[in-house]
Amino acid sequence: MDFTLSDEQLMFAETARTLFADSCTPDHWRKMMEAGVAREDARWASIVETGLTLVLLPESAGGLGLAESDFALIAQEAGYVALPEPLVESAGVAAPMLASLAPDHAVLADPLATVAIAHQVNPFVANADSAAAILLEKDGEAYLATPDQVTLVAQPVIDPFRRLFKVEWDAANATPLGKADWDLALDRAALFAAAQGLGLAQRAVDLGVDYAKERQQFGKPIGSYQAVKHHLASAQVAIEFARPVVMAAAAEIGHRDIQARARISHAKLVALEAADKAARASIQVHGAMGYSWEVDVHLFLKRALALTQSWGTPAFHRARIAQRLFTQPNGPDQTFARENDHA
Amino acid sequence: MDLTYTPEQQAFRAEVRAWLEAHVPEAPLEHYDATREGFEAHREWEKTLKTGDWGMVTWPKEYGGRGLDLIQWLIFEEEYYRAGAPGRVNQNGIFLLGPTLIEFGTHEQKQRFLPPMASGEEIWAQAWSEPQAGSDLAGVRSTCVLEGDDYVLNGHKIWSSRAVFADWAFGLFRTPGTERHKGMSLIFFPLNAPGVTVNAIKKINGHVGFAEIFLENVRVPAFNRLGDEGQGWHICMATAGFERGLMLRSPARYQVAAAKLAQLWRANKETADPILEADVVRAHMNADAYALSIYQTASRLMAGAKIGPEASTNKIFWSEMDIDLHQTALSILGSEAELIPPPGTHDWLDDYIFSLAGPIYAGSNEIQRNIIAERMLGLPR
Ligand SMILES: Cc1cc2nc3c(=O)[nH]c(=O)nc-3n(C[C@H](O)[C@H](O)[C@H](O)COP(=O)(O)OP(=O)(O)OC[C@H]3O[C@@H](n4cnc5c(N)ncnc54)[C@H](O)[C@@H]3O)c2cc1C
Repeated sequence: MDFTLSDEQLMFAETARTLFADSCTPDHWRKMMEAGVAREDARWASIVETGLTLVLLPESAGGLGLAESDFALIAQEAGYVALPEPLVESAGVAAPMLASLAPDHAVLADPLATVAIAHQVNPFVANADSAAAILLEKDGEAYLATPDQVTLVAQPVIDPFRRLFKVEWDAANATPLGKADWDLALDRAALFAAAQGLGLAQRAVDLGVDYAKERQQFGKPIGSYQAVKHHLASAQVAIEFARPVVMAAAAEIGHRDIQARARISHAKLVALEAADKAARASIQVHGAMGYSWEVDVHLFLKRALALTQSWGTPAFHRARIAQRLFTQPNGPDQTFARENDHA
Repeated sequence: MDLTYTPEQQAFRAEVRAWLEAHVPEAPLEHYDATREGFEAHREWEKTLKTGDWGMVTWPKEYGGRGLDLIQWLIFEEEYYRAGAPGRVNQNGIFLLGPTLIEFGTHEQKQRFLPPMASGEEIWAQAWSEPQAGSDLAGVRSTCVLEGDDYVLNGHKIWSSRAVFADWAFGLFRTPGTERHKGMSLIFFPLNAPGVTVNAIKKINGHVGFAEIFLENVRVPAFNRLGDEGQGWHICMATAGFERGLMLRSPARYQVAAAKLAQLWRANKETADPILEADVVRAHMNADAYALSIYQTASRLMAGAKIGPEASTNKIFWSEMDIDLHQTALSILGSEAELIPPPGTHDWLDDYIFSLAGPIYAGSNEIQRNIIAERMLGLPR
C-alpha cells in the first residue's frame, strides 16, 4: 500500500504544466475566440512534440505505453488552463481505442492527427470537424470514418472551444474495425473528465484568490473579509476530497470491476462538483467583474458544465455507485476490496 | 502508487480481526460520559486491549505500543470499528497527547506517562479552553509560576471532555505578564491534586460529557511541563494537527456509519422518500473519499512529509459529512426519528446530536476556513 505519486509521474505533470502555462494563456484563448477557431496549430505541435499524445498509446502503436494514472495528471493540467485542443478525448480515449483495434492504422502514424469518438452515452460528438478520423459505433462494433464520409450537423455550444456535432453516417461509407471495448472508453473518458475537473476547480479558486488580494473595498483587500475567505476555502475543501478519489480511480481503472467503475463515477461526480462550486465561488468573489466576458472565470464554469453532462450524466454515475453500494459488501475493510475478493 | 495490501498487511488484519472477535464484549457498554460505571467499564476494556498490546499500536514498543506504521494503524482502526468495539475513553490521551509527547517529550517523560496511557490506567482530559478563550486560544489567562522544582497553577478551564471521571489533564498555562502566543506552556496535572475542583457540565443529551476545572495554587513538578517554557503554543498546534487531521477521526468510524445507513435504507426503502437514496449514496461516497484521503496522507507522512493544512480541510470534511449522514438517517426514520431507541439498538438520534458538536470542537469550522484561506490560499488576514 503506497498512495503517493512517483517522481516520474510528478515530472510528467510538471512538463505538461510548464508547456500549458507558457502556451495556453487567457490571451491565447481570446485571440482564438475572436477568430472563431478551436485549435491552435503551434500549440498542438508543441504538445505533440513533448509526447503528451503518446502517453496512453501502446508501444506497438508507437506510444509510450504508460497508464491512466500518468495521463490523469496531464488531463488535470489541461483542465487548469481550459485547454482548447481535444488532447484529452483524442489521446486519452479515442486514439488508444483505435490502437487496440488497428495498431498500424495510418491515422496513428500521423502525430498531429486527432481522433474523435461517438459514444452511446453522448448524443453529440466533440471536435469531430477537426479530427482526422471519427470512431463510430453500431451494434457494439466500431467503425472509422473521416469527417467527409459522414454528415456533421454543428450544434450551438456555450463553451467556445467545444465544437459539438450530430453525426449522421452510413456503415457502407465507413471502415469496420470489429468489436470494441466501449465500456473502457467510457471509463477512461469519465476518469479524465474528473481529472480535468480538478484542474478547472483549482484554477477557478486561484483566480478568485488573486483577485481577492488585489481588489479593495472599505479600505481593505476583499480577501481579508471572512465571507469572501470562506467561499474560497469551502471550494478548496471540495477539491481536496475529490483529488484522492480521482487518483485512486486512475490507479484502479485496470481492474474493470464494479468497484473500479463506482470509483470512476465517484471521481467524476465530485471533481466536477468541485469545479462547479469553485467557479461559482470565484464568480461571486469577482463581483460584477465575475459576470463579465472580460474576466476568465466563465470559461472554467462553462467547461465544468460541459464535462458534468458529457460522458455520463450525474444520474448515470450515481446509479453506478448505488450499484456497488447495494450489491457488494461495504464498510471499513472494503475501501480497496475487489469483486473477485468476494467470489 | 500501489493500492493493494501486502501479504504482511493482510496477515496483520487477520490477526487484529481474530483477537477482536475473541475479546470484544458482546453487550454494548454503557456510555463513558453517562455514568462513572460506564466510564470504568471502558477503562476495563482499555486494560483488556492492553493484554493484547493493542492499546496504541503506533507507539514505540518501549512505551507500551507496537511500533507499527500508519497504514497498519488504519487497518487496526478499520477492524476495530468493524468489530463494533467500544469507543476509546482515553482518546484525548492516546490520539492527541500521545503523539505530541512522542515528538516533544523527554525519554523520562515518555517512560512515565505513555505506558499507563496505553493501558488505560491513567485516563486523560484536554484542558485548553477557558471561558474567555475558546476560538481565541492564545487568550488563555490561567497561569503557571515556577517555584523551586514545582509549578504553581491557577486559573479556570472549561469544556474539558471526560474530565469528570478522568485522572489527568494536559493544560495550557502562561507565565504571568506574558501575552498571546508567547509565554504559554503545556503542563500536566492530576485531576485529584489539592486545589483542583472539577464541576461536571451536562451536554445537550444530558450526559456529563465535559467539565469546568478550577485550579487554585495547584503544585505539580516541573517535570510535568512538555517541551520548554514558552513553547506551549507551538506544541499545542502540533496536537491540534493530530486532532483535526488524522488520529482523532480515523475513517473507519464513518465507513461503519455509512454501511449501517445503507442497511437502514434497504430496510425502509418501501416507505421512505425515494429521493433519499441519493443522500445514502452520498454518505457512502463521503466516507470512502475520507478514507482515501487519509490513506494518501498516511502514505505521504510515511514518505517523510509533515501534516500540513490538510488538518483543517479534514476537520471540515469529517464534521460536515457526519452531520449529513445522520440527518439522512433521521429522514429515513421519519416519524420514528424523535424516539429514543431501546437499549442495544443503533442510536441514530444520539449520534446525530453528537455530530452537531463536530463543527464546534477541535477548532470551529469557521476558524478552520480562516486557516485554509490564510495559510493554504494566502489570503490576507
Ligand atoms: C463536545 C465538545 C467537546 C469539547 N471538548 C473540549 C476539551 O476536551 N478540551 C478543551 O479544551 N475544549 C473542549 N471543547 C471546547 C472547544 O474547543 C471550543 O468550544 C471551541 O474552540 C470554540 O470555542 P467557544 O466555545 O469558546 O466558542 P467561541 O470562540 O465563543 O465562538 C462562538 C462562535 O463564533 C465563531 N467565531 C469565533 N471567533 C471567530 C473568528 N475569528 N472568525 C469567525 N468565527 C468566529 C465560532 O466559530 C463559533 O461559531 C469542546 C467543545 C465541545 C462542543
